[in-house]
Amino acid sequence: MTTSSTSTRSRREFLADAGILIVGFTLFPRGIRAESLGQAVGQLTAPSADALDSWLVIGRDDAVTVYAGKVELGTGVSTALRQIVAEELDVAPSRIAWVQGDSQLTVDQGRTVGSGSVKRGGAQLRRAAAEARQALLEMASAKLKAPVTQLEINDGVVSVTGDASRRLTFGALVGGGRFERTISGRAPLKAPSEYKVVGHPVSRVEIPAKVTGKHTYVHDVRLPGMVHGRVVRPPRVDAALQSVDESSVATLPGVIRVVRKGTFVGVVAEREEQAVRAAKALNAKWAAAPVLPDAADLYARFKSLATTERVVGENGDAASALHSAARPIRATYRWPFQLHASIGPSCAVADVRGNVATVYSSTQGAHQLVAPIAALLGMPSDSVRVVFTEGSGCYGHNGADDVAGDAALLSQAVGRPVRVQWSREDENAWEPEGPAMLFEMAGAVGADGKISAWTYDAWTPTHGARPTRDPTTLVAGALVAGFVSVGEFFSGGGERNARTTYVLPNERVTSHPVPSFPIRTSSLRGLGSPQNSFANESFMDELAVAAGIDPIEIRRRHLSDPRALAVIDAVAKRAGWTPRVSAPERSAVASNGVRKGRGFAYVQYDRTEAYVAAVADVDVRPDTGSVRVRRVCVAHDCGLIVNPDGLRNQIEGNVVQAISRTLKEAVRFDSMRVTGVDWNGYPILRFSEIPDAIDIDVIDHPDQPSVGAGEAATSPIPAAIANAIFDATGARVRQVPFTPDRVREALRASKV
Amino acid sequence: MPDTALERQTMLAPAAELVHTWHASSMTAFGHDDIRVETTASMPQPSTAVRIRVNGVDHDVSAHPDTALLYVLRNELSLNGPKFGCGLGQCGACTVHVDGAPRRSCVTAVSAVAGKDVVTLEGLGTPDRPHPLQQAFIDEQAAQCGYCINGMIMRAAALLARTPRPSRDDILSAMDANLCRCGTHMRIVRAIERAAAGSVAGPAGREG
Repeated sequence: MTTSSTSTRSRREFLADAGILIVGFTLFPRGIRAESLGQAVGQLTAPSADALDSWLVIGRDDAVTVYAGKVELGTGVSTALRQIVAEELDVAPSRIAWVQGDSQLTVDQGRTVGSGSVKRGGAQLRRAAAEARQALLEMASAKLKAPVTQLEINDGVVSVTGDASRRLTFGALVGGGRFERTISGRAPLKAPSEYKVVGHPVSRVEIPAKVTGKHTYVHDVRLPGMVHGRVVRPPRVDAALQSVDESSVATLPGVIRVVRKGTFVGVVAEREEQAVRAAKALNAKWAAAPVLPDAADLYARFKSLATTERVVGENGDAASALHSAARPIRATYRWPFQLHASIGPSCAVADVRGNVATVYSSTQGAHQLVAPIAALLGMPSDSVRVVFTEGSGCYGHNGADDVAGDAALLSQAVGRPVRVQWSREDENAWEPEGPAMLFEMAGAVGADGKISAWTYDAWTPTHGARPTRDPTTLVAGALVAGFVSVGEFFSGGGERNARTTYVLPNERVTSHPVPSFPIRTSSLRGLGSPQNSFANESFMDELAVAAGIDPIEIRRRHLSDPRALAVIDAVAKRAGWTPRVSAPERSAVASNGVRKGRGFAYVQYDRTEAYVAAVADVDVRPDTGSVRVRRVCVAHDCGLIVNPDGLRNQIEGNVVQAISRTLKEAVRFDSMRVTGVDWNGYPILRFSEIPDAIDIDVIDHPDQPSVGAGEAATSPIPAAIANAIFDATGARVRQVPFTPDRVREALRASKV
Repeated sequence: MPDTALERQTMLAPAAELVHTWHASSMTAFGHDDIRVETTASMPQPSTAVRIRVNGVDHDVSAHPDTALLYVLRNELSLNGPKFGCGLGQCGACTVHVDGAPRRSCVTAVSAVAGKDVVTLEGLGTPDRPHPLQQAFIDEQAAQCGYCINGMIMRAAALLARTPRPSRDDILSAMDANLCRCGTHMRIVRAIERAAAGSVAGPAGREG
C-alpha cells in the first residue's frame, strides 16, 4: 500500500500527467461526470485504508463516488458492494458512482479472488460508509443546531426529525470538501433488521449497458494514437529462439516494428488486422524438447515428481483402523488440466511513454500487477499505474495479467499506446491452467454404520502462481528471460476442501505437492475444492453403497453443524429425495434405453464458508455412454444474503460451468505443446446440453456474516453427477471428464 | 534432445463442424450458415474503398476488402457490441445481422457485406430505448460478465424475427452454436422466452 508522503506527491504529479486519461476518456462508470471526477482526484490523498477520503467522495452536486479496490469480474459484486454502501450511508444505490481497481486511486483491498469481495471487501466498505454517515450527522448537527439523535437521513438528505424544513443535503454538508477523518471502526452499523437495500434483489448496475453494447470492456479501450500488437508464440515458454526473419513481414502494410527481446517476439502494426497478419507471416523458428508426458502417463509422472508430503489433517489412527476393517474400500480418482476458457481472449492496452506507464487491464489485482510490470519495463513502481477495466469473465488467474505484460513491453518498444488482443489459440495454449489432480482414497464403514477409517492422498501441481515482483511470473517476462519462474509452491489452494467437514474418528488427509511440471498452472475457480470434493464426495457415495446406507443418511451421521444439516434437508425436500441405496437394477429405464439416476453431494466451501448441498438427476445412455444432466437442485447458505437475485445468478452459473467441467473439459496436449487450442479442441457445455431446470433454495441468515458465493456451488456438482451415473447404471466413473468413451469403459468395468 | 523447429502457421481451419449431443435436434431454425467463411480471394490492395451500410448509415471503410467485418465495425466505426471471441466462427460473440440473418463477423470479409444491410447490437436499441429482447435480458438479469451477450441477443433476435413463438427446443437448437462460459444459459433461455411471450402483442422488434 502506498501511504508515504513521497508517493502522495508522485501520485499527484502522475495524475496530472495522465490527466487526459482521467478527464477526457470515458472509461469511468456511467454517472461519473468529468467535473466530479476531477474534483475527486484533487481531493484524494494517496489511498489509505484508514482514511475515509480514500473510500468515498461527495460532490457539490450530492453525487457519491466510491473508490473500491475490489473489482467487477462479472459476478455482480460491484452491485452488491453498492448495496452495502447505500445501506449504511442512506443513499439510493443508483446515486452511487463507482471507481474500481485503480492502483493510483483506490485502496488496495487485495486481489478480487476467493469469493472474498463481499465478505472482506464489503466489510471494509461498510465501515467506511458508516463512518461517513456518522461524520455527516455530526456536521449536520452543528449546522442545524440539533443533536445527532434528533436527525435522520433519507436518500442523501439529513433532516431534523419532525421538522422537514430543517434539512441539508450531503453535498451541502461536505460537497467538494474532504472528511479529513480516520475510519474509527466505532461508527454505529445498522442492524440487519433495519436493512432496506441489503437483502433485497437489486438489478445489476451494468447490465443495461452490457446488453446494448455500451459497456466499456478492456477490449474496447481506445487511446489516441493507439496501435495494435501481437506476440508471436513459440511452442512452449521454454523454447529456444533460433531465428527471426524480419524480411518476412517487411513488405506487409502497416507494420511498425518487429520487437525482439530475448525469446519474446512481437509485432506492432497500425491496424489490428495488419498486426494479426504480420504475426502469422513472421518467419520465426524455435527449438523445444518434447517434455510433456503422454496423457496416459500424466498421473504416474505426478507421483514420481512429488518428493514431499504434507499432512493436511489427522484424527485418530486411520492406518490401524483401515488395517483392521472387515471390508476396506480403495478408489483412485483423476482430474485433468482445465482452462478458464474465457469467451473473450485476454486483452490489454498499455501506454508507456517516457517515464510513465499506464496499463488498462482486467487483472484481478491492479495493485499487485504494478510491481511485475514495473520490473518488466525497468521502471520504478510509482511510475506505473494499472487501471482495472472489466474483461470477459476470468474465473480465476487467466491470461489477463500476462497480456498486460505483452502490451507494456510492446508499447515501451514503439513509444505509442499499444493494444494486444490474444487470439483463441494464445488463450488456450498460454493461460495458466487449472491443475490436474490425482487422488487415492481408502476407507471403511464399521458395523455401527459409521465410517471407521478414511484416508486421502492427493497429488497436485500448484494452484497459485500469481504475478510477483519477479517479472518472469508474467509470460512476457519469462520469454524475455528465456525461462519461466517456478515461483513458490502455493499449496493452500490445492488443499482447499481436501479435508472434509465430516466428523471422522480415524482420518488422515495427506497432500503431495508436484513442485514443477512443464505445464504452467495457477488458480481456477474454486482452486482444489471442486477436485477434492469430487474425490471425497464420490468416495463417500462408494462407502454408502458398500454399507447399504442411504447417501444422505451416511453424511448426516457424521455432521452436527445445524447449518450443514439444514441445507441437506432443504435440498432433499426440494428434490423429493426418497431414502435409497443405489441399486441400478431398480433404476428407471426409459423405452429408448435411457437409464435415470440421481446423486447427492454436500460441501462446506473451504470448510468455513458457504454450505452447499446438491442433487443431480441424470440420464445415461448405456449404448453411447452419453450423460445428460436433467435437473440440479441446490440448497445454499452463505450467511447474510446481500443481493438474492445476484446470488441465484452465481449459483446457476457455478452449476452450469461445473457440469461443463465435469462432462466435457480436459486440456489436450502432445509431447510439445497444448493442442486443444480452439473450441473444438476444448469443448464446453452448449445450450443443447444444459439441464431442464436448476432449482435453488437460498437460505438467508441475516444474523450471520456474509461469506462468498462466487465459487462454492461448483464444488458438489462433479460428485453429484458421478453418484447419479452410478445410481443409474452401477458404473462408477472416477475420472473427469465423463466423456462417452469413459462412461462406456466404466459400464464395461462394472459388469466384470 | 530432438531439435524440433516449428514454423509459424495457421493451425486451425475454420470450424465447420459443431459438436452435438445425441439428442440435439437438427439445426433447422435457420441453419448455421452464419458460420461460413466469406473472404475475397484476391490480395492486392484495392484502389476503391468498400461502402457498407451499418445500422442504417452508409460508411466508406478504409480497410482492405479482405478484412474481417468485426475489425471494421469495432475499430473504424467504434461499435463495441460485436466482440472478438475466437476469430474462427466457433463461439458467436461477434454475431451481427446481415440482411436480417445472423452472421459471424469475425469470419466475414467486409467486402462480402457491401451493399447489404448490417445491424449490430447498437442498432437494436439503446439503454434508454432497448429492443424488447434487450429489455428481456435486463428483466431476467441474463448476464454475468456479459461478453457473449452480444451474440446471444443478435442470434435470438434473428430467431424471433423468423419464429416469433419458438418452443424451448427451438431456442436451444438456435442458440446451440453460441458459447457462454459464465453459465448464464438458463437465464438467456428465460429472456428469449420472455421476449417471445411479449411479442404476442406486437412484433418482437425491428427486423434486420
